[in-house]
Amino acid sequence: MTILSSNNVTKRFGGLVAVDQFDLDLRELTIHSIIGPNGAGKTTFFNCVTGFYAPEEGDIYFNGTSLKGLQPDRIAHLGIARTYQNIRLFANMSTIENILVGQHPRLKASMVDAILHTPRYHKEEEEALEEANRLVQFVGLVGLGDHLARNLPYGAQRRLEIARALASKPKLMLLDEPTAGMNPHESAEMMRFIQNLRDELEITILLIEHDMRVVMGISEIITVLDYGVKIAEGPPEEIQRNPRVIEAYLGRGAASGLGQNST
Amino acid sequence: MKKRIASVTERVKEILSSPIGRWAFIGAVLALILIIPLMNFQQRAFWVRVIGYTGLYIILGLGLNVVVGLAGLLDLGYVAFYAIGAYAYALLASGHFDTHISFWLVLPFAALLAGFAGILLGIPVLRMRGDYLAIVTLGFGEIIRMLVTNLTDLTNGSQGLIGIDSPYLFGLELKTSTHFYYMILIFVIIAIFVTQRLDRSRVGRSWVAMREDEDAAQMVGVNTTRYKLLAFAVGAFIGGLGGAIFSAWQGSIFPDNFNIMVSINVLCLIIIGGMGSIPGVVIGSFALITLPDILRQFSDYRLLLFGFLLVVMMIARPEGFIPSQRRRLELHAEEIAHAGPSETITEGGS
Repeated sequence: MTILSSNNVTKRFGGLVAVDQFDLDLRELTIHSIIGPNGAGKTTFFNCVTGFYAPEEGDIYFNGTSLKGLQPDRIAHLGIARTYQNIRLFANMSTIENILVGQHPRLKASMVDAILHTPRYHKEEEEALEEANRLVQFVGLVGLGDHLARNLPYGAQRRLEIARALASKPKLMLLDEPTAGMNPHESAEMMRFIQNLRDELEITILLIEHDMRVVMGISEIITVLDYGVKIAEGPPEEIQRNPRVIEAYLGRGAASGLGQNST
Repeated sequence: MKKRIASVTERVKEILSSPIGRWAFIGAVLALILIIPLMNFQQRAFWVRVIGYTGLYIILGLGLNVVVGLAGLLDLGYVAFYAIGAYAYALLASGHFDTHISFWLVLPFAALLAGFAGILLGIPVLRMRGDYLAIVTLGFGEIIRMLVTNLTDLTNGSQGLIGIDSPYLFGLELKTSTHFYYMILIFVIIAIFVTQRLDRSRVGRSWVAMREDEDAAQMVGVNTTRYKLLAFAVGAFIGGLGGAIFSAWQGSIFPDNFNIMVSINVLCLIIIGGMGSIPGVVIGSFALITLPDILRQFSDYRLLLFGFLLVVMMIARPEGFIPSQRRRLELHAEEIAHAGPSETITEGGS
């Protein structure tokens, strides 16, 4: 079953075509990576999916619903969550509060409920708080729940960003370079964690990643972008041998393969 | 000596951070505030007026704090809503049009009218951030002041509106400063109650998230358009409430009561108290509204001294007297089954 499909999506910035007639077919419950050199249009595509940019051409469908013209908050309500390449937490809120905000689409209490503390409000807040605490445990931040997000160590901020995204119980998660700035050990841990999200929480993962060890290790399908154009797609073994991919990454004449090289 | 002061402040902090200590402190202050008008001392009338006026600014501060402190929307035209509330009551309950509608009916209407004006201001500025927003709201404040000055037929222009009706409560005419002192105290308590509950709810969290990172907030599902308008509306509603009380208390209002200094003062008291912090608004109001009156004995040097204190304060403690603090919410493993929000305050804020 296809969960997300992109048909002919084109996004331009002035004369620059950042994403060029991009087609993508994302199958449910896969871990699918988008790779490509810097400036290839990967994050731009994420921004198109999440409604932050409106593509000039083409359509994106999520579970059969067109995302055209929808604001990011509507798209979040449909069940898409994301993380950012440069972590974007609510810096002056605590870990738990960040996760509580992440639960926004699932909560219903109105302003009146909040002022009058209606039974509905109490019940919902209590459950939200328990859920937030469970997520703190799940991503391994126990003991850091009351720390301000900006005071957390880097790795913890990355995990908190994922916890915040998980809080809305998404069906699809877009991860933008989740292992950026991590050492090989931390990357390996993150890899297992991402696999867990799919296996245990049944979330489809669309991943942008530069670390080839991670990409080749966990992706079932890889799409390669170069200058906004899809140049290859397939399972990792195939992508590793694809001459166009090698050329895009390493330039003409480099034939050593991508496996050992990470950026 | 310095060490001793430090250990004393440590101790005070410790007491205030325990729930019992905090409630005892609040109770003591409240008791003092309650009995001031009943005591018999020489400058009683003066103090009742000054503290009543401070209370009015606490109400305004709580309203603007929702907009600036929580939602992070820099509004420099807050006085507009104060003016709308004040004129709404003055026009509907005075000899001007010879309409004399009860204060208790006009009060919610005046607040709703101001709240509606808040939404009207909010719509065109939805896409603006930071300094651009500040300029537009500044303009809005001036527009309202110009309107009440120049719509002479409606507002009697710079001659102002006089002979505004006093409110009646169970047959008692509320006209002395002492009456308004207690009325304002009740509204301060209501405003604290409401804004604190909003702050701690899903609504307040969405506002703060929007302040911290608007795009990320929208991406986790916060309808930023809606929450911005809601912040403007709630802030303006409270401002309009303050305005109606002001005009009932004064009995006469003039366009000059609503100049830009009101907006600046309210913003300053929020910054001095600590952005987004409700106790900060209270302390800030006393520092900014009460203190200048205490300094009257220095006559001409009063404002010089006051300005100097502000500069020193902002250099020494830029985060404000009582910086906004986040609540402690992490549960211990055994609590997760039967959880309830804890009331303790974290040391986070600074």
